[in-house]
Amino acid sequence: MVRILKIRKIRELLDAELLCGEDQLDREVYSACSSDMMSDVLAFVKDQAVLLTGLVNPQVIRTAEMMDMHCVVFVRGKNPTPEMVELARSSGIVVMHSALRMFEACGTLYSAGLNGTKVAEA
Amino acid sequence: MTDAGVNFHFDVDGDDFSSAGAASVEVKKHLRQLGFPPEVIRRVAIAMYEGEINMVIHANGGTADVLVLPDEITMVLRDQGPGIADVSLAMQEGFSTARDSIRSLGFGAGMGLPNMKKYTDTMEIETELGKGTKIVMKVKV
Repeated sequence: MVRILKIRKIRELLDAELLCGEDQLDREVYSACSSDMMSDVLAFVKDQAVLLTGLVNPQVIRTAEMMDMHCVVFVRGKNPTPEMVELARSSGIVVMHSALRMFEACGTLYSAGLNGTKVAEA
Repeated sequence: MTDAGVNFHFDVDGDDFSSAGAASVEVKKHLRQLGFPPEVIRRVAIAMYEGEINMVIHANGGTADVLVLPDEITMVLRDQGPGIADVSLAMQEGFSTARDSIRSLGFGAGMGLPNMKKYTDTMEIETELGKGTKIVMKVKV
């Protein structure tokens, strides 16, 4: 069953620390995707609002912005730089980080009802 | 916006990977302000972002010019990089000449050019080995 989750709930489920976007926590999302390859996010993702990744560089935030995503979760305890957080803040993107590994983080959100990644039609 | 459209010019810095994409973000903001539909804005932004990343990865930067007309958005990307040896090969999904160091940054999966074509209505590539590459992409509104 597909459910809509508030970003606040995602933070709670992943036991994540919020780094920016406090004012966006009540925003509702219904889908997520995960990748360490931004090329693939740009190529295959469509209408996913949350990106889970273990990659840390400013292009993660830019990719999220290009794809109109609302939230980036850094897994495996990865910590984005202050510049990245600032970039996300200026784009209205929520950033958090979680100690969970990618598999666990994805499984947790999927079990909570978030839709998986639809592959974009060509 | 007048019938003559609006022009934007950007220099893409080839030495700074972290700033790659800044021009695409700017274009996205401008298009939003001009009131274009979100799907059109997203297609333009992704295609241009991929182009910018390509210029930084392969060509030590270049320039991007965007002409915005009410019914069509044209992006012209120019670089003075090494050129593309085999364009049809480069257009294949998964083919990449990017170094491993680029892959570790999350790019170089061989999806850039195919993605640019996918998200635009037309894409033309002029390239010459040792001289550079010019790519013209159009998105109809």
